Amino acid sequence: MKKNARREFMAAAGRYALYGLGVAPLFSAIMSGCEGMEEATTIGASLGQATGVLTGQQAESIIKSGQAVARGFQDITPEQEYYIGRAVGASLVTRYQPFGNRTANLYINTLGQALAQVSDLPETFNGYHFLILNSNEINAFAAPGGLIFVTRGMLQLCRNEDALAAVLAHEIAHVAHRHGLQAIKKSRVTTALSTLAVEGAKNLGGQELAELTRTFEDSITDITATLVNSGYSLAFEKQADNAAVTILQRIGYDPNGLVDMLTQMNTRLAPGGPGFGRTHPTPGVRIDYVQKRTGVFKPVQNQPSRQVRFKRLMKDV
Amino acid sequence: MVLRRLLPLIFCLCVMGTSAAWSADDGSMSVQVKQSQVRTAPSFLARIMATLNYGDRVYIVSRQGTWVQVFLASAGVKGWVHSSALTTQKIVLKAGAADVNKTATSDELALAGKGFNKKVEGEYRNKNKNLDYAPIDRMEQMKVSQSAIRKFLKKGAVSPQGGAQ
Repeated sequence: MKKNARREFMAAAGRYALYGLGVAPLFSAIMSGCEGMEEATTIGASLGQATGVLTGQQAESIIKSGQAVARGFQDITPEQEYYIGRAVGASLVTRYQPFGNRTANLYINTLGQALAQVSDLPETFNGYHFLILNSNEINAFAAPGGLIFVTRGMLQLCRNEDALAAVLAHEIAHVAHRHGLQAIKKSRVTTALSTLAVEGAKNLGGQELAELTRTFEDSITDITATLVNSGYSLAFEKQADNAAVTILQRIGYDPNGLVDMLTQMNTRLAPGGPGFGRTHPTPGVRIDYVQKRTGVFKPVQNQPSRQVRFKRLMKDV
Repeated sequence: MVLRRLLPLIFCLCVMGTSAAWSADDGSMSVQVKQSQVRTAPSFLARIMATLNYGDRVYIVSRQGTWVQVFLASAGVKGWVHSSALTTQKIVLKAGAADVNKTATSDELALAGKGFNKKVEGEYRNKNKNLDYAPIDRMEQMKVSQSAIRKFLKKGAVSPQGGAQ
């Protein structure tokens, strides 16, 4: 559109908007049409089904194709995210043994929940919970909805509470940005969410339940494969590190804690080895982009009372 | 040419279509998490006035940053809830046939327990008997009270910069 035409368009748009305000109710029927094909198709499909023109299966396929474009991970409700997270968590604690030390687990839960409150997603369906895994591998996982797992190997890299806070904040950021859900293949999300559109009409029958469970199972596999084997994209890791820095700054921990931890990781992590060696950018790469935010590294000033409790509560890890 | 003259009208109708979807609601929001709290001020450190449950409806009074000041009619309480606990969708806990039709055709409603739910988890666990959910159940029991968090931060001399949320 030429500049002139654009100005004309905007002016006319303004005029129509003013007219529109007065006669809004009149237009409401037309306006709903603007929401696009999806709604029209769905209405069509349910009408057809109600009058017996379509079989349930036909109606379903119409609804599926109509909504395929609009449905994405954003439409997964916190309640559904919760069940996904539990299943991912169950799969992780089947691979790794939980570490039973109550003192250390309570410590990371208190610290972690404090950090989660200053994240961009402080409230999830059933809140954030943290568990130490009894493994020397350097690893940590965030399951959707806020179940976070950290190995002893990872915790041993932390030399102070600020570094520990950085590890937890990075995982919280994966939850807050819903990275886990985005590891699910889009086609599955579409299938699951469109199954629900018709599912409500009847009570979830045997066939639908079986189909939904299969999709659920495949979604869990997508997420765990990403967490354990392939890792997220560099962009997601960068986003999580950046958000971690923000969380640390908001609550009052030193973001140099993140660099401190990454420096330790650099000395101990075998590139391409198990855990973060395989699933994360190298510590060097991460240090580089984190320092663009935090500036030249300054050693963490170990605040005395913080350091004393850190040493005491983590001594058995 | 005709199209060009109609374009602004179409544009407007679409814009209004979206705003109509907002104004169609009555200024209320639903609680989308299992449990949340109404607080005296827009901060997790503020005192808790009331507890909200999944599906509860609250009326928006005002907003400040990521917090929403709400009125909870059932308790006659006015206070602050973090926006991440709320959705503009109306959450229906026990859906009737009319609700079901409406959910299928609009984004205004969300049915609680739809899709991936307890029943699906049950089926999934039946199919994957090797999975151990017990540590997950125990993990979810790990709850830290707000006063414990406050004490923890104070003892560690962790002081929020730029205001705690």
